[in-house]
Amino acid sequence: MKYNRLTIEELHQKLINKEITVEDLIKESKELEKTLQEKCNAFDFIIDNVEAKEVTDNMLSGIPYGVKANYSTKGILSTGSSNTLKNYVPFFDATAIKNLNKANAIILNKTAMDEFGMGGTGTTARTGIIKNPWDITRMCAGSSSGSAAAVAYGVYPYALGSDTGDSIRKPAAYCGIVGYKPTYGMISRYGLFPFASSLDTCGVLTRSVKDAAIVVDNMKGLDENDMTTFDSSNIHLYDSINGDIKNKKLCYVKEICDIDNYPNASDELKAHLENFKNVINNLRDKGLEIDEVSVDKKLLNTVASVYNILSCAEATSNMSNLTGIIFGPAGAGESVTDQMKDHRTKGFSPLIKRRFIIGSYVLQRENQERYFKNAQRVRRLIVEAWKELFKKYDAVILPVGSGPAKKFESDKDVISAETTILEEHLQIGNFGGFPSITIPDGFVNELPVGLNITGKNYDDANVLNIAYFIESTMNYKNQNSEERK
Amino acid sequence: MENLHVVIGLEMHCELKSNSKVFSFGKNAYSDDANTNVSPVDMAFPGILPVVNKKSVEQAIEMASILHCDIANTMIFDRKNYYYPDLPKGYQITQCERPVGINGYLEYDSNGETKKAIIHDIHLEEDSAALDHLPKCSTIDYNRAGVPLLEVVTEPCFNSAEDAIAYLENMIKIYQYTNISDADTKRGQVRCDVNISLANENGEYVTPRTEVKNVNSLGNIYNTIKIEEERHRNAYFNHTEELVQETRRYDEETNTTIRMRTKVDAIDYKYFVEPNIPPYVISEELKSKIASEIPMLPLERKHKYMEEYKLSEVDANTLIKNREISDYYNKCIEIGIDPITASNWVSVNILGELNKSNISIKDFYLKEEYLKQITDALTSGKISSKQAKEIFAKSIEEKKEPKNYIEENSQISDEATLRELITTIISNNQAQKEAYLNGKTNLFDYFVGQVMKETRGKANPVLTKELLSELLK
Repeated sequence: MKYNRLTIEELHQKLINKEITVEDLIKESKELEKTLQEKCNAFDFIIDNVEAKEVTDNMLSGIPYGVKANYSTKGILSTGSSNTLKNYVPFFDATAIKNLNKANAIILNKTAMDEFGMGGTGTTARTGIIKNPWDITRMCAGSSSGSAAAVAYGVYPYALGSDTGDSIRKPAAYCGIVGYKPTYGMISRYGLFPFASSLDTCGVLTRSVKDAAIVVDNMKGLDENDMTTFDSSNIHLYDSINGDIKNKKLCYVKEICDIDNYPNASDELKAHLENFKNVINNLRDKGLEIDEVSVDKKLLNTVASVYNILSCAEATSNMSNLTGIIFGPAGAGESVTDQMKDHRTKGFSPLIKRRFIIGSYVLQRENQERYFKNAQRVRRLIVEAWKELFKKYDAVILPVGSGPAKKFESDKDVISAETTILEEHLQIGNFGGFPSITIPDGFVNELPVGLNITGKNYDDANVLNIAYFIESTMNYKNQNSEERK
Repeated sequence: MENLHVVIGLEMHCELKSNSKVFSFGKNAYSDDANTNVSPVDMAFPGILPVVNKKSVEQAIEMASILHCDIANTMIFDRKNYYYPDLPKGYQITQCERPVGINGYLEYDSNGETKKAIIHDIHLEEDSAALDHLPKCSTIDYNRAGVPLLEVVTEPCFNSAEDAIAYLENMIKIYQYTNISDADTKRGQVRCDVNISLANENGEYVTPRTEVKNVNSLGNIYNTIKIEEERHRNAYFNHTEELVQETRRYDEETNTTIRMRTKVDAIDYKYFVEPNIPPYVISEELKSKIASEIPMLPLERKHKYMEEYKLSEVDANTLIKNREISDYYNKCIEIGIDPITASNWVSVNILGELNKSNISIKDFYLKEEYLKQITDALTSGKISSKQAKEIFAKSIEEKKEPKNYIEENSQISDEATLRELITTIISNNQAQKEAYLNGKTNLFDYFVGQVMKETRGKANPVLTKELLSELLK
C-alpha cells in the first residue's frame, strides 16, 4: 500500500496517530515521483531536499503536494513550462501557496503543463510531452497535465492546477480524478502566471470530492493583492459536505448530451454518452432530480470562438512582460527591441505565437468591434443562458469531452466541428466564473471518463455536496492509475 | 496674406502625491535613490496584479469636479498595449473607454481677461519607469513606474502660447492648492503633449496637426508652440516643407522640434478593459463629499480680492501665488483686519520677511492674530506706523506677542487722561502760562516738553497739541 494514495482525511489520521511520519511520506512521494517522471514526464522541476513540516490540526499539515509550474513559488524555479522563464526563480509566493504554507503543506515538485496554460494537450511544455499514466500512448489533456498525471498516479493526494477554459477539469477527466475550479475570485490569482485574466481560476486536482474541499478551504480567501477576490470566510466547503441531496435539482443540456447530435460519432463517443446516460438514470433512481433542458444550439456553437478570441486577446497583453529584460533569459541583439524579439522568438512555442497573432488581430482597432467586442457580448449571452438555468436548477451536469484520453497520434489540430461543443462546453464555467467540478464517472476502453457539475457563483458548497453525493453512488472515488479497481 | 491663427490643444500629465503608487503598494517617492521604491508589481514580475489606490481615485474625482466634468459612475481602467523598455508590463493601465471625467471646462486669466479652456477629459493612469540615456548605456529607474498620473486633455481651445501657458499656470496652482500634487515642473512632475495647427478666420484648419510629445517645463512648452507656429506658417506661406500629421519631440539643446513618427507609423495601442480591476463604483455621496471639500481655488480668490476687497490685480496675484499665503491673508480678513491694510502687510512686510529668512509662512512666527494686534494698535492710534514696523520686527525676532511691545510703547491717546495730566501741568506752571498768554508763544513747546517728560514720550503728540491749545487760554 502507498500512503500517498489514501485520502487526505485518512492520511491526516495516520499522521496524527503516528502510524507514519512526514519523512516517510516525503520519501515515498519522492520514489513515486521518480518512477512517474520516467514514465510520463510529469514534472517541470523536482525539488531536492524537501523538508518535513510539523503535523498540526490542519488536515494538510505534513502532506506533500504538487504545484503547477505557473504558480510563483519563492526560491523555487517557476517556469510556466516556458523557455521564456526557464531560469526564473521568484522571490515571492503566490497567495494560494502562502496560504498552503500556513497549513504546513509540503511542496514536492512543480508539475509540467502546456506552456503558460495555453493548450489542452500537454504537448507544449518546455520539458517535453506529458503522458497519461493510465496509458502512456495517450495524452492527459491540459493544461494542468502534470498535476493530473501525478495525482492519478498517486504521487500525492493533490496538486494545484489553474483553469482558463477547462485546464483543471479536462485533464482530471482524462486521468480519472477530481478537478475542481471554484467560483472566480474565491482563490487569489496573485502569483499565478496569467493566461487570460478574466477567465483564469486557481483550483485543485484530487482523487476525491472531500479532498478538493479540504484543499480549497485552505487556498481561498480575500486577498489585498487581488481585487477580484471576494470574502468567502462564511463558506466552509469541507464542513458543508453531508451528502444530503433532498430537493436538489440538476439538468443536462440535450444539445450537448444527446447522441443524435453526433451522426459521425466514434465508438468511444457513443460509449461515453451511453455511460453518462446510465449514470443519470442511476442518479435518478437514487433520488436526485435531473431534467433534460434545451439551449439554443446557435449559442452553444459560439462557445469555442468566443473563448478563442477572448483568451488570445488577453493572453497577448498578459504576456507582454516576457521580454527578457527584467527576468528570464536575456535575448541577443544590438537594440533593446532586437533583444526582446530574440527572447520571444526563441522562448515561445509555435502554438503560443499563433495565439498571440490571433489575440493581436482581434484587438486591432479595425477588428476590435467585430471580434473582441462581439465576443464579449456573446460571452454575456451565454452566461445569461446558464444563469437562467440556475434559477431553476442547482447545477448543470454534463459529460466531459468526447470520450477518454486521446491518442498522441490523433491529429489534434483537426478539431472535429461536430463534437466541438462536447469538447469545449466547460469554457462556459470560465465565462461566468461558475464553480465547476469534474469527477470520474466510468471507463471507456478501460480508460477513465468523467462528468462535470457546474453551479451558480458562490454556491460552491452546494456544487461540491452534489458532486460528493454522485461520487458516493459510484465506485471511482480515490482511484489511481496503478491500483485499478 | 491670409490671416491665420494658431490653435493649440494640451495634454497635461501631472504626478500625484500619495503614499503608495496607483496600482501597487510600492512607495510613491520617485526622487529617492534609484530603484529603492519598487514592488514586484512595478516591475511586472509574473503573476502580479494591480490594486487601485483609493486615494488616487479620490484625487482624480476631485480634479474632475474642479474641471466641471461629467464624472463617471464607475471607475473603469483600460490597458494601452505597447512595448518599450520603460514599460515593464508591456502595457500601461490608463482610462480610455470612460475616463473619470469628461466634457468639462476651466476658467483662467490671461492678460487681464478671464478665458475658458474646454476640457475633453481627465483620466487616471500610471507613469512609466524613468529612462536615462548615457553615452554607452541606458539606465532604468523603476521608482517612477506606477506613480499615479492625472492626464487632463483639452480641446484645441488656445489661440496663443500666452493663453496656453496661463492655463497651465492656473492648473499647476490648482494642483498645489488642492495638495493633489506639488506640480513641480523642475522635478519633472508636469509634462505636456502639445498639439498645434493653424486655422483661418473661419476656424478651418489649414495645416495638419503636429503633436509634440513630453515637453517638460513651461518655458519649453512656450518655445515649442512658438517654434511650431513658425514652422507651420513657413510651410504654409513659403512652402518650406510639406506638412503631415506627425509626432515630434522638443530638443532643449537646439531649441528645435524633431520628427519622431508620422501618422503612417502611428501605434495601434489595442486598448481593452483591464480585467483585473473590477468596475469601481463611485457613489453620489463620495462625489458630493469630495466636491464639498474642495478649497477655494486661486482664480476665485483673486477675483474676490479684486472685487470685494478692491485690491489691485498685481496685489491679488501676489497674494494667490501660493495657497499658504492666500490662506494667511484670508484669515487676516476673517479676524477683522482691513483688507487693504492686510494686503499691504502680507505682500510687503511678510513676504519680504519670508524671503529674507527663507522660510515658509507655516513656520512664520507672526500668526494672523499677532498681526492684528499691530494693525489694531495702529488704527486706534496707540502706536505710530514707525513703531508698528519696529514692533513687527521685534516680535518676530524675540518671538513675543506684539501686544507686549505695544503696551510698552503705546501712545497715550486717551483724551480724558491727557486732559487731566495737562490741566495739572498747567496749574503747576502758572508763571509760564501767564508768559505764554502774554505773547511768549514759543513757550507752547515748553508745555509739550513737560507733557512728554511726564509721559515719557508716550503722549499722542497731535492730541497733546490740541489739548494744550485748548487749555492754555
